[in-house]
Formats: sequence, C-alpha cells, structure tokens
Amino acid sequence: MTLRTERASSTLARSRISRWAIIGLFLLPAFALYAVFVLVPVAQAVVFSFYKWNGLGPMTNFVGLANFQRALSDPIFQMAATHNAIIIVLSLVIQIPFALGVALMLNRRFRGRAVFRLLFFVPYVIAEVIAGVVWRLLLQPGGLVDGLMTAVGAGDLYAPWLADPDTVLWALFVIISWKYFGFHMILMLAGLQGIPHELEEAAAIDGATRRQTLRYVTLPLLGPTIRVSVFLSIIGAIQLFDLVWVTTGGGPVDASNTMATYLVNWGFERFQLGYGSAIAVILFAVALTVGLGYQRFVLRRDIDGALTGGAG
Amino acid sequence: MATETTAVIPAEATSARIGSLVSWIVRWGVLVIVALAIAIPVAYTAIAGFKDNYQITVDPIGLPNPWIVSNYTDILGSPSFWRQVLNSIVIATMTAVVVVAFAALAAFVFARRAFRGREVTFTFFTLGLFFPSAVAILPLFVLIRSLGLLDNPIGIALPQAAFALPLTIIILRPFFRSIPIELEDAASIDGCGSFGFFWRVLLPLSWPALATVTILAIVSSWNQFLLPLIMLSDKENWTLPLGVTNFSTQYSTDTALVLAYTTLSLVPALVFYVIAERKLIGGLTSGAVKG
Repeated sequence: MTLRTERASSTLARSRISRWAIIGLFLLPAFALYAVFVLVPVAQAVVFSFYKWNGLGPMTNFVGLANFQRALSDPIFQMAATHNAIIIVLSLVIQIPFALGVALMLNRRFRGRAVFRLLFFVPYVIAEVIAGVVWRLLLQPGGLVDGLMTAVGAGDLYAPWLADPDTVLWALFVIISWKYFGFHMILMLAGLQGIPHELEEAAAIDGATRRQTLRYVTLPLLGPTIRVSVFLSIIGAIQLFDLVWVTTGGGPVDASNTMATYLVNWGFERFQLGYGSAIAVILFAVALTVGLGYQRFVLRRDIDGALTGGAG
Repeated sequence: MATETTAVIPAEATSARIGSLVSWIVRWGVLVIVALAIAIPVAYTAIAGFKDNYQITVDPIGLPNPWIVSNYTDILGSPSFWRQVLNSIVIATMTAVVVVAFAALAAFVFARRAFRGREVTFTFFTLGLFFPSAVAILPLFVLIRSLGLLDNPIGIALPQAAFALPLTIIILRPFFRSIPIELEDAASIDGCGSFGFFWRVLLPLSWPALATVTILAIVSSWNQFLLPLIMLSDKENWTLPLGVTNFSTQYSTDTALVLAYTTLSLVPALVFYVIAERKLIGGLTSGAVKG
C-alpha cells in the first residue's frame, strides 16, 4: 500500500517534471531568439546611453546623463520630436477620418466595390523606400505633378515641396497617407463587417435618419476598431524612418528630421553610439509610454464595454 | 384630403430620389478620385520607364513616343538587379521559416497547455509590439558585428524574425486554441506525445493560419530597409530596397532608368499581393481587430 502510493507519487512527480520540460522545450527557441535579438539589445541601448563611445574599443567613458541632457537641449532634436508629433496630429485629424469615410462608402454592396478595395490597399504592400523613390520622382521639378499642373494652367502654383522647409512635412504627410490610408480603411471595413445589420435596420425602423444611425449606432460600435487604428497610426508615426530617409534624408536644413532619422544620423553617420543610444532610449520611452498608456486607458474600455454591455 | 396626400407622396419620393442620386454621385466621385490618386503614381512610374530622358524633359505627362524598352531590358539583363532579387528572396525565406517555426512552437503551449505564469509570459512576448526596431539598432549592429554576421543574410534574418515573433504568436494562438480537444485526446490514446500531436495533427490542420503568418513575415521582410541599410555594406549583398535607393541616387540624372528600375522592383510585391491578397488582409485585420 505504502509502496504503491510512493510509486504513484513518484510517477506523478516525473510526469510533472516532463510536463514542464515539454513546455520549456516548446518555448525555448522563441524565447532565446527574442531575448538575444530584442530584449538584450534594448537593454544594451540603455547601458550604451550612459557612455561616450564610438563603437570601437572598450566602453570606458561613463558620462552619466550627459547624453540625455545634450539630446533634450539640442534644438534639432526638439524639432525632430516635434515633427513626429505633427505627423501624428495630421494622421489623426485627416488620415484616419478620411479612411473611415472611404470605409463607410465601401461598406455597401455595389458593383466595383472589390476593385476599389483591392486597389486602395496596394500602396501598403509597396516598400516604404520604394514609395519614397516614386514620390520623389513625381514631385521633382519636371516630374509628373509639375507637368500636370503646367498642363492645366496652374504651373505657377507648383513648387518643389520636398525641398522647401515650410512644406516638406506636408509633402511627407501626403506620401504617408497615400501609403497607409488603405491599411486603416481595410481595418475599419473589417470592423464594420462585424457590426450586425439588424442593429442598423432596427434604428431605421425606429425612425433614425441615416446620419443618426451613423452617429449613434455605427460609430460607437466601430469604436474599438477606430481606437486600434489610432493606436497603430501613433506607434507608426513615432518610428517614422524609411520614407523620410529616402525622400529628404531629414532635410532641407533638418526641417523633416524625425527622432529615428536623427538617431541613425548620429549613431551611424557619425558613429556616436552612446549619444545615438540615448536618442533610442528616449524614442523607446515615448513609444512604451504611449503604447502602455493607450492600452491601459483607452483600449481597456473596450474590454469593459464588452463585459458590461455598455457602449464603448 | 385625399388629393393632398397623393400630392405629397410623389414630392417626397422625388426628393428622396434626388438625395440618393446626390449621395451616389458623391460616393463615386470620391472613390474614383482616390482610385486615380492611388493608381497614377504607380502607372506613371511604369509608363515613364518606357521613355528616354529627352522625352521625359520635353513632355513629362504624355505617353512615350516611341516606346523604348531598352531601360527595362538593360536592367533585366544586369546581374546586379537579379542579385538583389535573390538576396531579398533568401532573407525573406529565412526570416519566414525561423519566425513561423519558433512562433508555432511557442503559440502551441500558450494555446493548449495550462501552466503557472502562462499569461505573464505571453504578455511578455506581446510587449515586443511596442519595441520599435530602431531602438535596438545600435546594439544589434554591435552584436551582429561581434558574431561576424555583418554582410551575411543570417545577420538580417535573425533580428527580423525576432521582431516578427510577437505578432506571429498573437495571430497563431487563437487559431491553435480553436482546434477541438477531442482530437488531442484521440491522438494521445493512439500514443502521440505533445510533439507528435503538434507535428502530425495541429500543424496540418492549421495551414491557413500558417500561410497567413508566413505571408505577413515575407512581406515585412521584403520591405525592410533599416536593418539591411546598417548591416549590409557590400554591394553584392544588397536587397532590393537598398538597391533601388542607391540606384536612384547614383543615377539621379538618368531619370528614365531610375523609373524603370523602381517599376521592376515593385513588380514582385504586386504579384505577391495579387496572389495572396486574401490571406494578407485577413491576417492583418485579425491581428489588429482582435489584437
């Protein structure tokens, strides 16, 4: 009797060990990859940021918070961060509502709908750098835009927008919207298709006009999708790099630098890895604060709404 | 009284008809303008690639006259273009294989095994969504250099796969969870262990989800710019995005040739999109809408 329980408990222990071993083995590859190439480098960036280091030789010149002080007091970095903020605001005020409007137009059945949907998403699969090169060529003097405007008699209004510090951010924003509005539209279409038709029909039967149905039924139910869209748009704008790098390189005279182009500029073009890392840490802090804050305070409501049945 | 009502109804009906006509015109107007704005830049690039530089200067918006194919044939005949295509394919394939294999293993236990700390570990992986790769780029450069993997496709593929892990796991987990427990019981009665079930039952049943995440991984690898820019200095190892950027600055005076090069580098992504459109869009929306 005692023998049997002992044996039973030892097989139980063995099976528990093997269960943990299996879980460990399944998780190990992903964990190792993630740790080596994501977690450790991010942690190292924090360490680098306290040193003055050119990337070669031992890292010995500890400078404390000097790199951060230097970055935060550099007007060019302040401008770069402002540019990220401007792109975020423009995206939220213009691009997202525009994508929503187009999604609403495409949310009814009509001939040709599938073609529009397919077409609007095309720029999303084009690499940001290639989109950048295409638009650089389009917008250059003698390019298509110049040619079209001259042809319709508006040639005087043409300007090389990407080369003008006052307009370069707007030009970049147009390219960003060209590339990404289709992605947001697709997200919102998917969200719209998740809304049961009965609700909109019920509103119509209760005498709601189309506008009222949109305002009080469709948009609140689409809330979670819009919030995800807003979130992705913000996170994307914080990291903006490829497009700017190939179209303007951050110029003219730093008028289109973003935090990421500033980082690569100092980190790789001038090999100040310590200073570059301080920029990386700032960028990371901003992304993480925005990300977690948004998840905590905005996306959280979606879960509550779903559980309590209230409108989001 | 009766005449009044009959008089009112047609008036209302016409105003409703006018209203719906206006909304029809607005809808089609907006959609067509947007469609043109999307299509014209790409179409212009492709068509202007058939011009020579003289034609582009003289008439930037007209059709080529005559159509010149030499820009395209020159590029298609140059080994460096094909070299870049091949490099992009190699890196995208390696990235996709690594990320899908590793993420599938992890998503399996996240989906189908109850263990202490599971949700914490899972959240820990999903946090990676907030880590812009630019943050890690300087230490990654130092790491890849010390591993001797600069100018090596592996040095691009592994970091890319690592950064793609969170999204891939997030998409695979609910799919793996939806496979009925009875199948696993049956497999275990037939003597299948955890790995046997994973390999012989779960993966074959999950091919739609696996296809989706593979496509997402390929597309994002194909379009990567920052990592290759930092890690690849030898021309021989350049990927297509690097090649296009460098070509466009190197031959900036030969606009026609740059346009043709850009067009050709667009083609693989477009073909891929047309083939895999449904999976790609389905994957992105499931990741984001449920995410």
